[in-house]
Amino acid sequence: MMVFWEGYALPALILIGWILLIVVPLLVGMALLTWYERKVLAAMMLRKGPNVVGPFGLLQPMADGLKLLMKETVIPSGANRAVFLFAPVLTFTLALVAWAVIPLGQSESGIWVLSNINVGVLYLFAISSLGVYGIIMAGWASNSRYAFLGALRSAAQMVSYEVSIGFVMITVLIAAGSLNLSEIVLAQQGGFWNWYWIPLAPMFVVFFISALAETNRHPFDLPEAEAELVAGYFVEYSAFPFALFFLGEYINMIMMSGITAVLFMGGWLPPLDVWWLNWIPGPIWLGLKIAFLLFVFIWVRATLPRYRYDQLMRLGWKVFLPLSLVAVVAYAGVLLYAGWLPA
Amino acid sequence: MILQAIAFYLFAFVAVAAAVMVVTARNPVHSVLFLVLTFFNAAGLFVLTGAEFLAMILVIVYVGAVAVLFLFVVMMLDINFVELREGFQRYLPIGGLIAAILLGEIVFVGGIWAVAPGVEGALAEKVPEGSALTNTEMIGRLLYTKYIYLFQLAGMVLFVAMVGAIVLTLRQRPGVRKQKIGEQVRRRREETVELKQVQPGEGV
Repeated sequence: MMVFWEGYALPALILIGWILLIVVPLLVGMALLTWYERKVLAAMMLRKGPNVVGPFGLLQPMADGLKLLMKETVIPSGANRAVFLFAPVLTFTLALVAWAVIPLGQSESGIWVLSNINVGVLYLFAISSLGVYGIIMAGWASNSRYAFLGALRSAAQMVSYEVSIGFVMITVLIAAGSLNLSEIVLAQQGGFWNWYWIPLAPMFVVFFISALAETNRHPFDLPEAEAELVAGYFVEYSAFPFALFFLGEYINMIMMSGITAVLFMGGWLPPLDVWWLNWIPGPIWLGLKIAFLLFVFIWVRATLPRYRYDQLMRLGWKVFLPLSLVAVVAYAGVLLYAGWLPA
Repeated sequence: MILQAIAFYLFAFVAVAAAVMVVTARNPVHSVLFLVLTFFNAAGLFVLTGAEFLAMILVIVYVGAVAVLFLFVVMMLDINFVELREGFQRYLPIGGLIAAILLGEIVFVGGIWAVAPGVEGALAEKVPEGSALTNTEMIGRLLYTKYIYLFQLAGMVLFVAMVGAIVLTLRQRPGVRKQKIGEQVRRRREETVELKQVQPGEGV
């Protein structure tokens, strides 16, 4: 009995505790993000934004969530039930599992991360490439032309921008010499000028724009351009399945910001290597960086008009792909020539 | 160890069950989705054997790219399921033959260790236990030193295939107006805007 407790049950409980410690703040953060987005957008448009439910409208996301839960789940009669219901669950799950490898901080005892695997970057890439399935399955299972066309639009967009994201990740891992996310962060130690956003500045820009496209955000939000096209792959969804898509999308936004922070902005590291900044724990720094990147996401949304679909494809395939390909070769060449290649 | 055994049997069982469903599912889209599940469980098996790089590449390449293309094609095709069922009888002998040959070869490959024990020396070197290198680095070193020519050759084959596909589908139609971003950006104000002083009652 003791062996079972110490060998299996206790580690399992600790693991579940860790998972909850990551997932619960994430879900709260996601709820706050919808509020944050509406407030920031409102401020940029000289409106007030949500201000009725709770102090500063802070409980507005709760009210919205509750409303979605109370509604009736409508499943179209021609729909493929199993796939139709599985698609939002898949999207939501994939958005959550990616967080397993994001390093949150560091103490004397080690790195604060759920799973410190050697191929962290590849894991993130694999999970984000799986995200297409939720979309295609939703569009196909709805058995509706609008949903299907929306799914095709969205899938083509995600597949296109994944290519340049992959190449940008390769330049980062050439510079850091590791696929392990914690080691990539540790390679950027020693103040904000050592973070990769300065030496890899062009790649940082490409990555951020690709992240916008990958998360279907403005100015690349053609999958759900509610003003001109029908809302894309989730037209037929209502109530809770819709809420899962919505949650998944916002968590994906937080995750892409998290990946950007880890790859280019030093993850949990403080901007200056001094004791009073080091004293503030890592997760807070990471959270601040993510909040800043999310602010830029929203800022872009408030500022830029939507791309036309052919322009979107042109940017992905004819601009970003060659640029990032050349950059991989150029960075590798410079690092090799200068002897800066990490061992 | 027992956890690993449970994980192995779980992955193996789901992989085999999903593979069976790929063949037996009535709806081709379901077949492709089960194929994805099979790939995913194979990746799980790779992780269990400590080949985490291969597992991730399997998910990225096969699940993230190849299976998505399958799915697109299958969704786009207008397949008549009844006709597909009718062909089953006709293709059974040749399909069964191929399956039998494949099974025989797999048994043969597995049996080599029993038949010729000395063959182990011909295997590539394993990652030594306790080595500081991760298996990603080992694969990289092997691919880019010992097998560099074969690796490049494989790359060239894929490249030729890609160029071929583009050439086959590229179609230049005359009279199609396209947006030329370069020209748009190069345009100067003097070339396009002309300021005219219009006198009252005359028009341009």
